[in-house]
Amino acid sequence: MQDTFPPLATSNGPRYGPYGGAYVPETLVPALHELEAAFEDATADPAFGHRLQHLLHHYAGRPTPLTLATRLSETLGGARIYLKREDLAHTGAHKINNALGQALLAQRMGKLRIVAETGAGQHGVATATVCALLGLQCVVYMGVADMARQQPNVFRMHLLGAEVRPVDAGRCTLKDAINEAIRDWVTHVHTTHYLLGSALGPHPYPRMVRDFQRVIGDEARQQILSVEGRLPEVLVACVGGGSNAIGLFYPFLADRAVKLVGVEAGGKGIETGHHAARFADPSLGRPGVLHGTQTYVLQDPDGRITPTHSISAGLDYAAVGPEHAWLRDLGRAQYTHVSDAEALCAFQRLSELEGIIPALESAHAIAEAIRLAPRLGPDALMIVNLSGRGDKDVPTVATMLDAGTRGGAG
Amino acid sequence: MSRIAATFESLRNAGRAALMPYLTLGYPEQDSALSLVPALVEAGADLIELGIPFSDPLADGATIQAASQRALANGMTLAHCLEQAALLRAGGVRVPFVLMGYYNPILQMGLAGFVQRAATAGIDGVIVPDLPPEEATTLHSLLHSRGIDLVFLVAPTSGDERLRLIAGRSTGFLYMVSLTGVTGAREQVAPGLASWVARVRSVTDLPLAVGFGISTPGQAAQVARFADGAIVGSALIEAIGGADDPAAAAAAFTASLRAGMDRCQKLDDSSDHQ
Repeated sequence: MQDTFPPLATSNGPRYGPYGGAYVPETLVPALHELEAAFEDATADPAFGHRLQHLLHHYAGRPTPLTLATRLSETLGGARIYLKREDLAHTGAHKINNALGQALLAQRMGKLRIVAETGAGQHGVATATVCALLGLQCVVYMGVADMARQQPNVFRMHLLGAEVRPVDAGRCTLKDAINEAIRDWVTHVHTTHYLLGSALGPHPYPRMVRDFQRVIGDEARQQILSVEGRLPEVLVACVGGGSNAIGLFYPFLADRAVKLVGVEAGGKGIETGHHAARFADPSLGRPGVLHGTQTYVLQDPDGRITPTHSISAGLDYAAVGPEHAWLRDLGRAQYTHVSDAEALCAFQRLSELEGIIPALESAHAIAEAIRLAPRLGPDALMIVNLSGRGDKDVPTVATMLDAGTRGGAG
Repeated sequence: MSRIAATFESLRNAGRAALMPYLTLGYPEQDSALSLVPALVEAGADLIELGIPFSDPLADGATIQAASQRALANGMTLAHCLEQAALLRAGGVRVPFVLMGYYNPILQMGLAGFVQRAATAGIDGVIVPDLPPEEATTLHSLLHSRGIDLVFLVAPTSGDERLRLIAGRSTGFLYMVSLTGVTGAREQVAPGLASWVARVRSVTDLPLAVGFGISTPGQAAQVARFADGAIVGSALIEAIGGADDPAAAAAAFTASLRAGMDRCQKLDDSSDHQ
């Protein structure tokens, strides 16, 4: 009973319970079929696996460490907190794992032009990086609001030879960037691969991204067993689209004693409506279809997608990956939320106590760990996915802290 | 036979192609359709595509995106769209109405409730651009139980096997996306259109209506030479958008499309020495 979880462990098809599917214009359906076939073919080919492993090791720097956060754990006086250090992967976030996998796949399909969307810029940077590595043309769509708050990453993408196309529609954030990337893909589908950065979108993306990201959980599982000789009580990860979370959770799904906690962006507070917590606000978050997949979506009663807010560009998105929706309904994973202010506080606390500046996205997971750890005994073990590093957020945080000390609202 | 199928059949018998203008409902003002639709019919439209505005229209280019945003800002919802269709029917408009909209608003209304209300409003067909046949089973059977056509799209990327599958599910007509891309006016008709239409003809007897990028009377005329219908959206919205009198602008533009298509048909007839 302990080691079986059949509805999930075998879910390589288009559906996760009622969620998932492929709700796309007909133009893209054949491309999705081609992509699925290429993915199956590649994963069955040892040469593809070796090449990916080689690059993950020698280029991206994997495996990433599992670091015991000694001072943070002692200060909180509860569980021993381990950090899975995706911030130490090349480009500073877990996004490189998926970008490498999909870019190799695109090359194998003979699609030498890559389009991608980006919110925080981490996926854009990872995509621009692998395109430089493999000699692929790269176009990244990014909302102008996100470009303003993640300027260092915009400049990095330019340095890496990518074209960054500003998206000035809707709220000018991740959702709007995905719309534009899909429109580009529809128009150039014969030559172009859409390198989607999270575990969402139409089948086979949620599955493919999960499979390229499960290296996080596979490593973490092995590492905690080797250091502690047992599995942890809890895993914690932030959830925007949910790729870092599903990557960490997936290899532990069958370990029913391991509690899985996903952390959404609570923004200015659920009651204000200014957030990106799809599971936390029944007045806005309901099953629906966005960007090709059926899942929990923030929307008004007429089915229009509602604006979202988060301090963190990477979590500022109206839908969640369909496998998370299913894990939530099954009760296999719990989802909670952390406000902008709590994330900002956690950002500072981890920096001061551990010498690690987390991405604002990852700071949401840290904030939940800070809440949760004291409630667990000192023998408990927790792994928090430190999905990215915070250098990109330093200008934003400086502005907000400055506003805070001057008595502003932050 | 559905009203849509009957319309295509009578046009085919008359040797004419159908003109199917597309409007985003709620644009430029919330109730503009109430005057625009009768003007389109008067100017020679055979069927009308009633577009439901959506916040994230990912198959649409800049023109329909902007029209959709304006319509949403005007407070337009799917429920309002159906109310306006019913009002137009009550006002005596008889041409087939084809409702076109993305899946999420329909899903939120509830599929059964949507179909019920669409039937009451006098909707003849439904097009959902982000709902390929694989995902459409439930909506398909609900619509058919009320005699409403579910019209599917085929794209130049669809292989022959897939064309057969889609044509097998579509009723009323088949919506042929003329090119690999999103909606929006283009300088010219996609170069491979004749052979693309021929490829679809070889797998189905359904009427074929061509849309995406059809913007001028000349282009509509070109489409009318091979296909059974021409769908014009973005160019019509552009014509309405800049006008002081949207209904007059819509009528003038539609009449020019109609004249272009009929002239082409006449030329074909006169060159046809039987």
